[in-house]
Amino acid sequence: MSSSNSHIDAFREQVLKAAKNKAQLSIEGGGSKAWYGNPNQFTKLNTRSYSGILEYQPEELVITACAGTPLQEIEAALEEKNQVLAFEPPHFGEHATFGGAIAAGLAGPGRISAGNFRDFVLGARILDGKGQDLSFGGKVMKNVAGYDISRLLPGSMGTFSLLLEASVKVLPKPAATATLRCQLSQEKALKVLNEWAGQPFPLSASCWIGNSKDGDGELTIRLAGAAAAVKAAIPLMSSLVLAKEMDPETAELFWKDLREQKLTSFTNLGADQTLYRLALPAACGPLALPNSSDDFVLEWHGQQRWMKAAGDEATFTGIKQLANSHGGHATRFRQGSKVNPSFERFTLLSEQAYSKALEAVQARLRSAFDPAGVFATNRLP
Amino acid sequence: MVVMNMVTPPPDLAAISALQSKLVSALRPILPEHALLWEPEDTIPYECDGLAAYRRMPLAVALPETEVQVAQILKICSEMQIPVVPRGSGTGLSGGAMPLSQGLVLSLAKLKKIISIDPFTRTAVVQPGVRNLAISEAVSHLGLYYAPDPSSQIACSIGGNVNENSGGVHCLKYGLTLHNVLRVRGVLMNGEIVEFGSLAPDSPGLDLLAIVLGSEGMLAVVTEVTVKLVAKPKLARVIMASFDDIEKGGNAVAAIIAAGIIPAGLEMMDKATTRAVEEFVHAGYDLEAAAILLCESDGTPEEVAEEIERMTKVLEQSGASGIRISKDETERLKFWSGRKNAFPAAGRIAADYYCMDGTIPRRHIATLLKRIQGMEAKYSLGCLNVFHAGDGNMHPLILFNGADEEEWHRAEEFGTEILEACVELGGTITGEHGVGIEKINSMCVQFGEGERESFWGVKAAFDPEKLLNPDKGIPTLSRCAEYGRMRISGGKLPHPELERF
Repeated sequence: MSSSNSHIDAFREQVLKAAKNKAQLSIEGGGSKAWYGNPNQFTKLNTRSYSGILEYQPEELVITACAGTPLQEIEAALEEKNQVLAFEPPHFGEHATFGGAIAAGLAGPGRISAGNFRDFVLGARILDGKGQDLSFGGKVMKNVAGYDISRLLPGSMGTFSLLLEASVKVLPKPAATATLRCQLSQEKALKVLNEWAGQPFPLSASCWIGNSKDGDGELTIRLAGAAAAVKAAIPLMSSLVLAKEMDPETAELFWKDLREQKLTSFTNLGADQTLYRLALPAACGPLALPNSSDDFVLEWHGQQRWMKAAGDEATFTGIKQLANSHGGHATRFRQGSKVNPSFERFTLLSEQAYSKALEAVQARLRSAFDPAGVFATNRLP
Repeated sequence: MVVMNMVTPPPDLAAISALQSKLVSALRPILPEHALLWEPEDTIPYECDGLAAYRRMPLAVALPETEVQVAQILKICSEMQIPVVPRGSGTGLSGGAMPLSQGLVLSLAKLKKIISIDPFTRTAVVQPGVRNLAISEAVSHLGLYYAPDPSSQIACSIGGNVNENSGGVHCLKYGLTLHNVLRVRGVLMNGEIVEFGSLAPDSPGLDLLAIVLGSEGMLAVVTEVTVKLVAKPKLARVIMASFDDIEKGGNAVAAIIAAGIIPAGLEMMDKATTRAVEEFVHAGYDLEAAAILLCESDGTPEEVAEEIERMTKVLEQSGASGIRISKDETERLKFWSGRKNAFPAAGRIAADYYCMDGTIPRRHIATLLKRIQGMEAKYSLGCLNVFHAGDGNMHPLILFNGADEEEWHRAEEFGTEILEACVELGGTITGEHGVGIEKINSMCVQFGEGERESFWGVKAAFDPEKLLNPDKGIPTLSRCAEYGRMRISGGKLPHPELERF
């Protein structure tokens, strides 16, 4: 176990005080994703004071850092050694922290080929609701000693425990990348992407942006891997969909803007609208939504879809049912300024078949680590 | 293999027999006659798994054929407060499926249907008893396969893989079971049917799938698994490099990774292993090499050519004394044959072998190997070292004669010391075989009291009455206290006659 320090002692004091007073603490890093998840007015516990890379040896493919470390600092250190976080976590602001990115558990365009955040977490040091300083997992790729508690943290939104430090697997930057773009209908794009994904092509990311009504749109795909593999795939794949290669700088900017949701399709959200995120199985074809804006964004070969529609409860209920009926789920991701902030943002376990019984499991799991409910902010239900 | 006599407090045979009759009469109405075993001659094959040194007879063995039966069995056992030990193919190496003398063994072997295969979404839905390799064979004609390939893949089941989070030779590039399973359907101890994960990229709530994977049958009984299938690489080639010094070999592993290459496989064997396997497979290994490294590249022909060239350069710069590249598939398989046959080869040169499974950071490979050499002298036992060098997962095979009780105790002590060295070097006591019953004491070394208490909290969240495989994976407080006292007395066991897992 690692040694304690004044930052951790201060966190512990805050946690124990809250536990004693039956109060809740809302964990916050750089505040870049403060809008994400169910809102609350609880006292904040800010992690930014506990910052710094603790260990990074490129040949081990692991980086260990404190929760408050700026995500930019992590990525800069990796860049220097030609390595990356292959799942491309979005920052959503310049102050995004390592811990905040883990708690949000979000991934960018590379998720479809590389895996999600939890796939890369190898170990974590946490402070539980009893003020206990605990370490799980480790810094090695293969480790099956004890339950994999560190992998529960990605996406837990601060409702499980306070993350102090984490070890995350990193990967070498691909030797070569190329981006192709073509005009293609939603239906054809979904079909061709899934077909390609089943063949040994170096397909690393995809994005389709288009009109939900007539299905016309533009498909952008990214190839990444060995230089020879990318070079061989470009003419093959281009000829199948009449695609053109984009110039590398424009392409890089596009993928970054997509990850950070800076493309017009995200920024033009109306005041009374909500940006809904749908997570869907690969088998799901084009979906029609009544009363939605015309422009849809599809990522991860259609497994992550973004649509803008009215922010009222009835609309979200309809979207949840639609996603559910295809074996997925939906989230109120971002909300316009006129949408009631107290609306539930997530699909509940009780709303899905075969996960109802997991509600009790999840509640017991949380209370095992946090009996007084210090982290029970309901930011993630 | 050694049979450990379980000198537990002498079981009350009359009480056990009464409990057995009660359990059998409760289960009879819900199971076909052939799916419930309790006569000793029928249950004896279930007294141990792949770790044959640990054996115990169960009350009975149930072999359900449907998920409904699984749920009914668990509900009945839950009501009767009878513990249940789930079992797949029984190939596990840590005693995770060792029965409880007052418990039921729940074999999932009859749930062995491949339910569906979808080439478009690259997924297959299978029952837990389906063998790992059977999945890849069933989808081979579609140009797809299931990537995790534990060395027991001919026999081990996907349900067992889920519970152990199994790896394999190719997991450096393609990931563990965790990275290749989308959804697990199972039954909680109270009989409720649940699903962890989904076919979508994520699911509502906490990521419970992540914790169920590798949970050694202690949280839920798996009844259905949806696996990810990946495109079969068009080509694979392997480089066989010799090193005259084990340290150079270890450094070459780090150098390949540092060069930005993730090989499809990166395996190492020491001299003792090379000699043992060469006699067995005649692959033409360099018998003078202190270490042999196998580095595989797979992908399109262009990709493989590029990667082989880059890896060869790194290996040369790292001081390889010999390099051979497989010319064709036959030669590739020949190069691999020794690595894949290391365990049977060990079985040929010694009466018994004890396989360890620690993982350490790659940079400490040479350090650990040197320490193991010292331990060979200390315990007067030989050791073969084969390992997944790419991810630092070591499999020292300690050679001993199980007919000699004292020698088996020395082998156990040897193994424990290796695991403690792994923890000290920043690694873990088990990379892929699981804790089971075998490494339960070593859990006291790797984790503090707070962590172990948290594991019990996780267990209770899924199984509040602690009836599902309750004696595996996590040591109790008193067991660690007792173990601490034993270790303090200088490795000399105070009561060698007592049961020690």
